[in-house]
Amino acid sequence: MSGAAVSARLAGKVALVTGAGSGIGRSSAQRLAAEGATVVVSDLDLDGAGATAGLIEQADGTAKAVALDVASGDQLERVVAEIVAEFGRLDIAHNNAGIDLGAYASLVDTTEEQWERVMSVNLKGVWLSMRAEIPAMTKGGGGSIINTASAGGFKAGPGRGVYNTSKAGVVMLTRAAALESAAANIRVNAVSPGMVRTPALERAFAQNEQLEQRLMQMTPMGRISDPSEIGSVVAFLASDDASFVTGASIGIDGGGLA
Amino acid sequence: MAGAAVPTRLVGKIALVTGAAQGIGRASAQRLAAEGAVVVVADANAEGAEETAKLIRDAGGSAKARPVDVTSADQLEQLVREIVAEFGRLDVAHNNAGIDIGRHPTLVDTTEDEWDRIMSVNLKGIWLSMRAEIPSMTKGGGGAIVNTASAGAFKAGPGFSAYGTTKAGVVMLTRAAALENSGANIRVNAIAPGMVRTPMLESAFSDSPQLEQMLVQMTPMARISDASEMASIVAFLASDDASFVTGATIVADGGSLA
Repeated sequence: MSGAAVSARLAGKVALVTGAGSGIGRSSAQRLAAEGATVVVSDLDLDGAGATAGLIEQADGTAKAVALDVASGDQLERVVAEIVAEFGRLDIAHNNAGIDLGAYASLVDTTEEQWERVMSVNLKGVWLSMRAEIPAMTKGGGGSIINTASAGGFKAGPGRGVYNTSKAGVVMLTRAAALESAAANIRVNAVSPGMVRTPALERAFAQNEQLEQRLMQMTPMGRISDPSEIGSVVAFLASDDASFVTGASIGIDGGGLA
Repeated sequence: MAGAAVPTRLVGKIALVTGAAQGIGRASAQRLAAEGAVVVVADANAEGAEETAKLIRDAGGSAKARPVDVTSADQLEQLVREIVAEFGRLDVAHNNAGIDIGRHPTLVDTTEDEWDRIMSVNLKGIWLSMRAEIPSMTKGGGGAIVNTASAGAFKAGPGFSAYGTTKAGVVMLTRAAALENSGANIRVNAIAPGMVRTPMLESAFSDSPQLEQMLVQMTPMARISDASEMASIVAFLASDDASFVTGATIVADGGSLA
């Protein structure tokens, strides 16, 4: 899916991708690196981040793996400070780390602990990430931030109340940050993926054999996307090809929300 | 604004751009050609279309100018037939032809002639364009359609009621066409530009000298965009980088709707 001809729009840029140990984050890190960026690959799972960095280096890209819990403001401040110390700047951030409950639960059946956990990573984690990134980008003269929201941020789904609420929050947080940071030459946008073949989804398919078929039928394009199809949109938003795009959320859902 | 490194994602593709004699359509035709597509430059203004085609050929691209009135189904059918006869296929269409009514009346002060005219070009023209394009793309195994909507589709503005209504229609028409044609491997998306420095806007500035300053102040990015900043989005949507994006509208407004 990632076309044969990948351009080099991001040569000389320094990028941070969170949740880059697998799935969308890994694919985004690979694509940003393929377009010339130096990519700091961060994840709670340092082994996964290391594996992503290894894939990038094997493809002649430049990457560095770091461990990062996006629910920690301190860790985010430290990672951004280290990036600026080592690479001199931060131009691009893909705030992608997110979790699912691991089970479908109605709002009534959701525990407070589950709520806190999803919100702390998916919503507060994106805010804490931007709070750490924006001052560094401002000092550097500007930048581009991409947050991972979800098609679920626009349409409720059974058992998805907390997850979807966290992602709808990401959409508004993106707009708020875009408004606040436009004068600093920082663009802030979101990607809203529909169904993506990630390790998390593959696990769900393993538990429920009909799920894959059902999700494909719900998608007008009749298939589930590859993570590289999200990475290519992230690279677009990171690049000057999106120079007047800020505060936007791009649905990548095979027509699911059409 | 069009970065030095333009990718070549559209080599071998045949593209049609309507309203390509100036402004966004001209920039789009130039960008699609720069990425390798053969571009049919269509406009009611045949002379302007020829100028755009010449600009493309002078830059080493392939283009052919054709007059078309997008309110005429016959002309659109004939144009698409000619494209298929000459180039064998139609892969990309940017349905961009649109008009302003040249003054900014309230709904009460809008004449029926004005209403009918703007609806026939901006909304019915897009439908007629797609009606002519989709069967050819289906025969060719798929394609990508990009329609020009407007940020004005999402937020009313004084004096832009009829215009904004046509563009809101384009957003839904885009979704409907995406849903209907995903089985034919045709993606249909829209761009929703905010303020773009086009001849249409320049003529509004000459009528009202304060307008430019006011529009800049209303835009968080505090500037008016260049048409090339819309063209880069069209090229993204036309390319495989947007392979799972359909039914979407990409707002490019410097944060105005944030």
